Amino acid sequence: MDWPFLFATAKTLLTGVPLTLRLAATSLCAGFVLAVGIAALAGSRFAPARWIAALYVMLFQGTPLLVQIFIVYYGFGQIDFLRASFAWPFLQQAYWCAVLALSLNTSAYGAEIIRGAIAAVPAREIEAARAMGMSGLLLRRRIIWPQALQYGLANYGNEAILLLKATSLASVITLMDVTGLAYRLVSKTYRSEEIFTVAGLIYLALTFVIATGVHLLERRLTPCRQV
Amino acid sequence: MSTPAFTLIGFGPEGWGKLLLLAAGLTLVAAVCSFALGSLLGAAGAVLKLASSRSLRGIGTFYTTVFRGIPEILVVYLFYFGGSLALTRLMHLAGFPGFFSLPFFIIGVVAIGLVSGAYQTEAYRSAYLRLERGQIEAGKACGMSRFVLLWRVIAPQTLRFALPALGNIWQSVLKETALLSIIGLIELLRQSTIASGATRQPLLFYGVAALLYLVMGQITALGIRTVEKRLARCWGR
Repeated sequence: MDWPFLFATAKTLLTGVPLTLRLAATSLCAGFVLAVGIAALAGSRFAPARWIAALYVMLFQGTPLLVQIFIVYYGFGQIDFLRASFAWPFLQQAYWCAVLALSLNTSAYGAEIIRGAIAAVPAREIEAARAMGMSGLLLRRRIIWPQALQYGLANYGNEAILLLKATSLASVITLMDVTGLAYRLVSKTYRSEEIFTVAGLIYLALTFVIATGVHLLERRLTPCRQV
Repeated sequence: MSTPAFTLIGFGPEGWGKLLLLAAGLTLVAAVCSFALGSLLGAAGAVLKLASSRSLRGIGTFYTTVFRGIPEILVVYLFYFGGSLALTRLMHLAGFPGFFSLPFFIIGVVAIGLVSGAYQTEAYRSAYLRLERGQIEAGKACGMSRFVLLWRVIAPQTLRFALPALGNIWQSVLKETALLSIIGLIELLRQSTIASGATRQPLLFYGVAALLYLVMGQITALGIRTVEKRLARCWGR
């Protein structure tokens, strides 16, 4: 085994980690905000709002992320009002195209997780709270949201891991994240097994860190420490 | 710009409709082959993970952890570059000079199949664990051999319990085949890229590609739901 080469490769590829993490973190936050909005629409009493949410989820879950990235990166330039809008300086950059596509994509999955978590709060507890005179924001803040957070956290953690893996697709639109750097290195040296193995190990390490973090957070949030 | 969009995606001499549909067909075939390979690997993986030997379980866990933890695109790249290099080396050893490359289709199916196999392992494993232990004991008590027990009791129920998860995995396999466009397989996404390059209408063609993926996904999802309902009826719960 060629250890010096492996170390040199690891050193090069690690310089892509900040970009990978930035893509994932930005999309996770933006996606969460969108997801809350979509979940609110999905839980609305107004039927057309529910249809819009269902259509949104179907569109973004039903098509490949790569197609979504291509539509944003190559296709949006054809839309005149986008070219004239304030967003255009951002959409000219591959980074923001990737962030937009990743956020929209993860928000569809996030919305489903949030909806499921809220539905998992026992109806009896909500009835009890209402009987105590709680309503509106107080009911949500004290009863619904804390429990939904517990139910949804593990699933949202999985989604964060899937999102981290999905950021690798940004390399297709020229971004030099871990995958992009690995690809460039392979086309220079043709030592694909070693380079892609190192890249894979970096992703495994990152997913392990996220999974551990979510698990710790979950333990903290469970008051009776049963988990 | 002069040709209207409807002509471009139509079936006329200037239209890309036929090529896009053929490419969608290839996407579907690639997805079916990858999913089938994944089922075999998933069944093998589940057997490993449920084995009583610790080292076999270790192998199973290694497989699922690695292939669920690294991005699919890396697996595709690894097989794309590594597969051909390995084949070339092998052929050199056998005395054939020159460069050999595996067909894109095979590389793609193996890569996507390996990833989907890791997810299917978990689906089969958790389905098996939902099986009632008493049924297996009852089967043994009736004098069923291991094969008959597997065929009559274990396999049908495991499949039924695993079906919803398998449906989700199928959907992601269908979408993951889009990655094969990167290594040059002319499936739906690649064909759309070619068409949008030739006509300078990326929005139109990627939009059509998205729609075709959506249609394929929705129709197969409907089929899976129908099977699920029918199975639920004959099991009566």
